[in-house]
Amino acid sequence: MAKRTPLYLRHAALGAKLVDFGGWDMPLHYGSQLDEHHRVRRAAGLFDVSHMTIVDFAEPAPTRALLRHLLANDVARLYPGKALYTCLLNEAGGIIDDLIVYDRGAIGYRLVLNAATRDKDLAWITPIAERFGAAWRERDDLAMLAAQGPEALARLEPVLGAAMVAAVRALKPFHALEADGLFIARTGYTGEDGVEILPPAATAPELWDRILAAGVAPCGLGARDTLRLEAGMNLYGSDMDETTTPLVSGLGWTVAWEPADRDFVGRAALERQRAAGVPQTFVGLVLEERGVLRGHQSVHADDREIGQITSGTFSPTLTRAIALARVEAGVGVRCQVDIRGKRLPARVVKPPFVRHGRVLIE
Amino acid sequence: MSSIIPADLYYTESHEWVRPNDDGTVTVGITDHAQHLLGDLVFVEIPEVGRAVAAAESCAVVESVKAASDVYSPLDGVIVEVNEALADNPERINEDPYGQGWIFRLKTAAALDGLLDARGYEAVAVAEDEDETSLANPKLAG
Repeated sequence: MAKRTPLYLRHAALGAKLVDFGGWDMPLHYGSQLDEHHRVRRAAGLFDVSHMTIVDFAEPAPTRALLRHLLANDVARLYPGKALYTCLLNEAGGIIDDLIVYDRGAIGYRLVLNAATRDKDLAWITPIAERFGAAWRERDDLAMLAAQGPEALARLEPVLGAAMVAAVRALKPFHALEADGLFIARTGYTGEDGVEILPPAATAPELWDRILAAGVAPCGLGARDTLRLEAGMNLYGSDMDETTTPLVSGLGWTVAWEPADRDFVGRAALERQRAAGVPQTFVGLVLEERGVLRGHQSVHADDREIGQITSGTFSPTLTRAIALARVEAGVGVRCQVDIRGKRLPARVVKPPFVRHGRVLIE
Repeated sequence: MSSIIPADLYYTESHEWVRPNDDGTVTVGITDHAQHLLGDLVFVEIPEVGRAVAAAESCAVVESVKAASDVYSPLDGVIVEVNEALADNPERINEDPYGQGWIFRLKTAAALDGLLDARGYEAVAVAEDEDETSLANPKLAG
C-alpha cells in the first residue's frame, strides 16, 4: 500500500486529486493546478512535502568530516543556522540525489533528501557514515509544510505569533531557526519568499488547519512542479540523475572545488570532465509558438539534434511553454524543438524564468 | 469522481463525445470525465479543415499543464469545421466540454450505432475511476 503523510486525511477531505508519487499518495491539486500556481506567485500557498526524507546527524564533529567527504558542496561554508544546497555524487560524478543540509550547531546536521530516492540514498550513506563514526537517524516522526508566496510570512503571523514571524523575517534566505518545537527554514522550491516548517507529525494536521484558516491556499505537487520550473530549479530524476554530473546539469555552482585538497566523492571524475572540456550545457528554452514543451523532446540547430529537453511545461506566469534542456556546449540563442514531428522555434535563455513574481527573461 | 454524461450524445471508449447535427455532420469534443482527468488545459492542437480522417485516427491533441493526450476521430469522415477559439481559450474545454469546448465538426456517412450510448460510456468512465491508469501519471517535484 502507498505511504501516506500525516496530512493524508486532510487532503482527502479537501477533495484533492491524489496520485502516486515515489510510493506516496500525494495531492496533485485540489481543483485547479493553475489557480494554485497563481496563488503562490501572487499571495500564499501551502504544500505538504512530508514525503521528503529527513535525516538527522547528532554529532557535529564526525558528521562535519563525513559530509565534507560525502557532498560535492562543502559544509565548511556553513555556520549554525545556515543551509546549503548540494549534490550527493557517486565515484563517477553522477548525481545520486540533490539535497539541502542544515547546520544546527551543537545539535548536529539535518539533511532533507528526495522522497523517491530514499532507499538508495540511505543505502549509499550508511556504510560511509559508519566509517566516519557519524550516527544518524531518519526523522519520519516529523512532517514538512512549505508555506510559499509573497504574503506567506504575513499570513503566518496569527499562527506562529508576531515574535516568531519577526524572527523568521530577520533570517536571510537559506537560514533556519528552531523555536517552540518547530524547525523553520527560509527555503522552498517555488522562487518565492516563504518558509518550510517541520512540525512533529502528531501536531502537523492542526498546524495545517490553522495555516489554511489564516488564508494560505492548499497547493498540490502539480503547482510545485510548474513553480520550480519557472524558478529554474532542477528536479531530480528529470533534469539530472546518476548518468549526469553537476557540470552538465546547470549545477556547477554547487561544487566546491576549493580547498583543492578536500577529497569528496566524485571529485576526481568531475576534475577529469572539467579538464577534458564539459561537452554539454544546461539551458532554459522558451517556445516561440503555441505548444507545450515536455521532457525528452529533441532540440535541434543547424538541422541536427543538439540535445534534449529534461523537463518542460506550460508556464502559467509567462503563458507560454518553457523548458530546461541539456544541449551541446556552444549553443546559440535560437534552436528548434521537435514536437510530434514538427520543428518549432525556441529561444535559448538563462534560467530562472521567474523569481519573486517577476518575469526575468526578455 | 462524478462527471456529466449527457444522455443525448454518443461516445467512444477513448473519451470523445459525438453530437449528430441536422445537416448530417457530427460535432466532436472530449467528455467531462476526460477533462477532469487531464486537469487544466493549456493548449489544443486542432486539425486542418478538409482533412480526411479514419475512425480511431488521432486528429487533435489536448495538452494540460502536465500531459498531452490525443483526440481520436470517432468515425470515418472529413473535417469541415474546427473550433478556432480553443487556440486562445483552451480552458473552454474544462469549463464547457459539451458546449463551447467542442473541438471539430465532421462530415461523415458512417452510422453512429457502433458508438457507445451514455450508459455504455458511463461504464467505461466508472471502470477507469476505479483503476486510474489510462492517463499519463505525471512525474512530480519532490
